[in-house]
Amino acid sequence: MKKDLHPLAMIAVIAGVTLFGRVLPTWTLSLATIAASNALIALGIVVLARTGNVSFGQGLFFAAGGYGVALIANAWGLTDAVAQVIVGAACGGLLGLVIGPLIARYSGIFFGMLTLALSMVFYGALVKSTALGGSDGFNVGRPSLFGMTFTDPREADFMLYAVSVIVTGLAGIGATFLFRSEFGLASLAVRENNLRVEYLGLSANRIISINFLIAAIFAGASGAFALMAQRHIDPQFAYWTTSGEFVFVAVLAGNQSVAAVFVASMALELVRSFSNLYLPNTWQLVLGVFLLGVILFLPRGIGSLWIRDRRKRRISATAPLTAERGAAP
Amino acid sequence: MNPVLSVRRLEKRFGAVVAADALTLDVPAGQKISLIGANGAGKTTFVNMVTGYLKPDSGTILLDGIDIGRRSPRSVARLGISRSFQIPQLFVELTAAENLTVAISGIGTRMSLRAPAEAQGRRDKAVELLERFGLADLADRPISELAGGVRKLIDIAMALVRRPRLLLLDEPTSGVSAEEKFTTMDRVIHAVAPDAATIVFVEHDMEIVSRYADRVVAFYQGRILADGVPAEVLNNQEVRRYVTGGLR
Repeated sequence: MKKDLHPLAMIAVIAGVTLFGRVLPTWTLSLATIAASNALIALGIVVLARTGNVSFGQGLFFAAGGYGVALIANAWGLTDAVAQVIVGAACGGLLGLVIGPLIARYSGIFFGMLTLALSMVFYGALVKSTALGGSDGFNVGRPSLFGMTFTDPREADFMLYAVSVIVTGLAGIGATFLFRSEFGLASLAVRENNLRVEYLGLSANRIISINFLIAAIFAGASGAFALMAQRHIDPQFAYWTTSGEFVFVAVLAGNQSVAAVFVASMALELVRSFSNLYLPNTWQLVLGVFLLGVILFLPRGIGSLWIRDRRKRRISATAPLTAERGAAP
Repeated sequence: MNPVLSVRRLEKRFGAVVAADALTLDVPAGQKISLIGANGAGKTTFVNMVTGYLKPDSGTILLDGIDIGRRSPRSVARLGISRSFQIPQLFVELTAAENLTVAISGIGTRMSLRAPAEAQGRRDKAVELLERFGLADLADRPISELAGGVRKLIDIAMALVRRPRLLLLDEPTSGVSAEEKFTTMDRVIHAVAPDAATIVFVEHDMEIVSRYADRVVAFYQGRILADGVPAEVLNNQEVRRYVTGGLR
């Protein structure tokens, strides 16, 4: 029988990683915050990818979350980090709620291209919008937490790190439950054969829409983190290369493990930072070689490193196939 | 007795090809009806129209008096018609039990967010269905590792999950060896019996047809050539000429 990590153990891991931030150097805190934020949006892409659909336009929801939070923060003085994450998630989710059912009827490359097109339409609108700062965007103030303000930069970075790790970790626990659930199984079934799913009386479109909504909520929350980390927002949030980076993380991670998304996101940020530091003129080359290496040697993503072994153990523990029932095709 | 399924003047064309030509057919409850015919005679088109995959050009399809001719496969399934496929349509990356769990989760209006292994009732139901087909020991095997004949049975088991009013089986013994075809069909009939479903099965093997069908409907060029008890239909001159080729 497959043994999965207990939820309390997962919470303990999140607490451990959060406290570990106390001993991390300041530059690593910023890196880890960005990695956690990217992991959150990539996790949404993985959730959606389990239905067989990849969104190349998550920047749309990322930007919606970021701009939503930035506008509310500047208009009403909302600086609380947790509240900002909730607002970002709500903005992304509302947009996902509208768009999801409309594009759930498309699949494969059409689905991907539609999401990309929508994000670029949003990007174009943001660039042209002088009220939102046009292509330069606009700034927001430093975030607070439950009424506490942080003037010490290290404390501010740690606060943001802690909130991002906790929120992303909780989203990871939620996604783990989702993957293990009947709904998670049905999502995989949609990826394999959505017509058969319909013949079983289930709505493939509804399953895709729900997964799309979850991905949009995660992207919106991630946009809020990116805003808090940079204290600035501009249309680049919705640009296609931004969306592409999140897809990179999802591809690196594969869709078999939630933990893999966090590992992949951190690995990508580390490779990017170190190659940028030591090979400033060829860092993109290093990043490309790294991606090629993972795709070549781990085509099912980083998660296959440990998921493959667990699956092998599970199969060897069950009875051997009876040969008299015929050879497998 | 009112028929479970009542089809009236059903027509379907694909360009110049007439796949259904004013088909009229009643399917009474509890019968096992076999649809026979050469390739392209319109059997699968008929099944596809009844299950909502194809929309008829004209005519009506009534299930217990409800017109289902324009409904989607999902809606038709929810009303009580299930089907299996000539090539099993399973989720090959999932295990046999997981395939059935997906099917079981389609019965309710909501899917549980609990893991299937923890939702004991559903797991028990999945294993009970596999047991009916003698496949309980393969519950935790991925479909990708199972033989074609086993897949066929699991495909039928999935169709049974909803306890359908009408079960449509598309060539349940195709791809099964000559030695195993009766065993396979016996398993299917035995497994279906508790739900007392009405069965319509498409079949090319006349031995299977004559042994298991209460009634045979022979198709030819989108029309019904003959309809009656197996002995009568299979000895019909036109059926022998256009469908069975004179072979029994």
